[in-house]
Amino acid sequence: MSPEIKGLILVSAIKLIVVFTITLVGVALLTLMERKVSAWMQYRHGPNRVGFAGLLQPAADGLKNIIKEETFPGEANRVLFMLAPTLAFIPALMLGSVIHWAAPLQIDFDDFGSLLGGIPLVGGLLRTVVHALFGQITYHGLMPMAVADLPVGFLFVLAISSMGVYGIALAGWSSNSKYSLLGGLRATAQMISYEVAMGLSLVPVLMLSGNVALGEIIKSQQQGLWYILPLFISFFVFLVSGFAETNRLPFDMPEAESELIAGYHTEYSAMKFSMFFIAEYANMVTVAAMVTTLFFGGWDIPFTHWDEAPGIAQSLATALVMFLKVFCWLFFFMWIRWTLPRFRYDQLMALGWKVLLPIALAYVMVIGVAIYLTENVAGLTSPKAMMGVLFLLNLGLGYLVFVVLDRGTLIGGPQSRKPAAGDLPRAA
Amino acid sequence: MAIGVKVMKRPTSDVSYVRATLKGMALTFKKMFEPKVTMQYPEEKSAPEAERGAWTLSPRWRGTHRMLTDEQGRSKCVACGLCPQICPANCIKLVPGEDEEGNRYPLIYEIDEFRCVFCGYCQEVCPEEAIHVGVHYENAEYSRDRFVYDLERLSAQTHPVSTLWDPTDPKGE
Repeated sequence: MSPEIKGLILVSAIKLIVVFTITLVGVALLTLMERKVSAWMQYRHGPNRVGFAGLLQPAADGLKNIIKEETFPGEANRVLFMLAPTLAFIPALMLGSVIHWAAPLQIDFDDFGSLLGGIPLVGGLLRTVVHALFGQITYHGLMPMAVADLPVGFLFVLAISSMGVYGIALAGWSSNSKYSLLGGLRATAQMISYEVAMGLSLVPVLMLSGNVALGEIIKSQQQGLWYILPLFISFFVFLVSGFAETNRLPFDMPEAESELIAGYHTEYSAMKFSMFFIAEYANMVTVAAMVTTLFFGGWDIPFTHWDEAPGIAQSLATALVMFLKVFCWLFFFMWIRWTLPRFRYDQLMALGWKVLLPIALAYVMVIGVAIYLTENVAGLTSPKAMMGVLFLLNLGLGYLVFVVLDRGTLIGGPQSRKPAAGDLPRAA
Repeated sequence: MAIGVKVMKRPTSDVSYVRATLKGMALTFKKMFEPKVTMQYPEEKSAPEAERGAWTLSPRWRGTHRMLTDEQGRSKCVACGLCPQICPANCIKLVPGEDEEGNRYPLIYEIDEFRCVFCGYCQEVCPEEAIHVGVHYENAEYSRDRFVYDLERLSAQTHPVSTLWDPTDPKGE
């Protein structure tokens, strides 16, 4: 193995450990934040007993979940019952690997062992060990601040995020309980329905940036405008589908505690339940990070080009900005959860297939034509000018969607349902 | 045949989902910064009305009993037997005794607080104003038998006593 490959593996491993740790700790703190936010919105304090202001509550919860008894329903399919939480958990954590958390950093070292030799006291020992075990490790170049800077970018996210539903569907089926099964089936149907709208809502992003790699999309937004402005409808469709994909309220049909007890994880206890929980929150982080990356410039600091040159200060500052943006979106997720009631199942399906899908499809057409016209007919080549034109177009489209269309048609009451063949006749 | 369902025409502002959502979000966001209503229990407690604070107990509150004592530290009880007689839950055990001067006093006076229904009849019937129900609610113990309060324990209680609410004089005047 050449020293360069070893260098790549070393750097990736370090990034992997950092991202994995931050994700898991962040997810734990998110559960606390969820409870705090819900409490504040209901005139309560939220957990504030364990540690300062309840900061150790997630640790207490985790400890409790680890030492709790694992229960198995008598008629459950043991193998799949054990496998399901893992199948939900792994894709959720995998997704964090493609997100760009900060500006790329220039890294140069010829020999990692000698670099460690600079550490006082243990340096000499470390150098000897590293040299003996791995030999020379070299890394030169711009290191993207993502564990894997995949060229397939958001296609990877779309592909892997829908894998998570296997875990949920299997959990529902293998529990051998009516509630779990219904929850699992709902999750499957919901995931498939909204996957379509979500994929289509990203086509305009692809058309505008000309690339699916997340790094390139961020670069394109730095040169032009954040995509929230020229692609507002896309953003809206993506956000709503994101809520549905993560099974968060108002789309938490798979759990729906008032109807299905706890849906697909009714029969789960202890750490297996915890893994579903972590998966849900990790998915939330991913969707928040994706919204940030695709529509809010990723780690881009607005109104300055300082962050585009590589450097440690830039990397730290952009990481902080990225964190803030993601944090805002996570708050938004919680905010929505504690504001909106749950949809009825037919409303959920109607919204996915009859509203979001046509909107996303029409939007692909409109944006495609608009990009063609601005680039080839009007001859606008500067990304800022082109996106500005698209922004103006979006003002009109936004008015159409949110004011004209939203007159009892986005979500209808029970009367809005067309009577099916088997329904009792209804007076006009 | 057909079921007459009245379908109402609603104004646009009522059927617009996005507008309703934004309205709801504004509301919940505003509520986040309003004062909290939770009592922070071990730090904040409900106090009897005399020491009125943020949290007060109702003057009608009837909690675990207390036996009052006279200046010499003896219980005021004269073992007349009225309280075990009136007690609807039959939770008071009283064995009367008599000293050399002919004063009656309780040899055994026990109240089983688990049987007690906290009606307050014992306090109402007591001619000596000896037994009282208390304005008190923190009664946790490690074992069930600790809930049979004997005379010594009843006399050692220090919490304020209830001023029984009189329906004919609801304001206590």
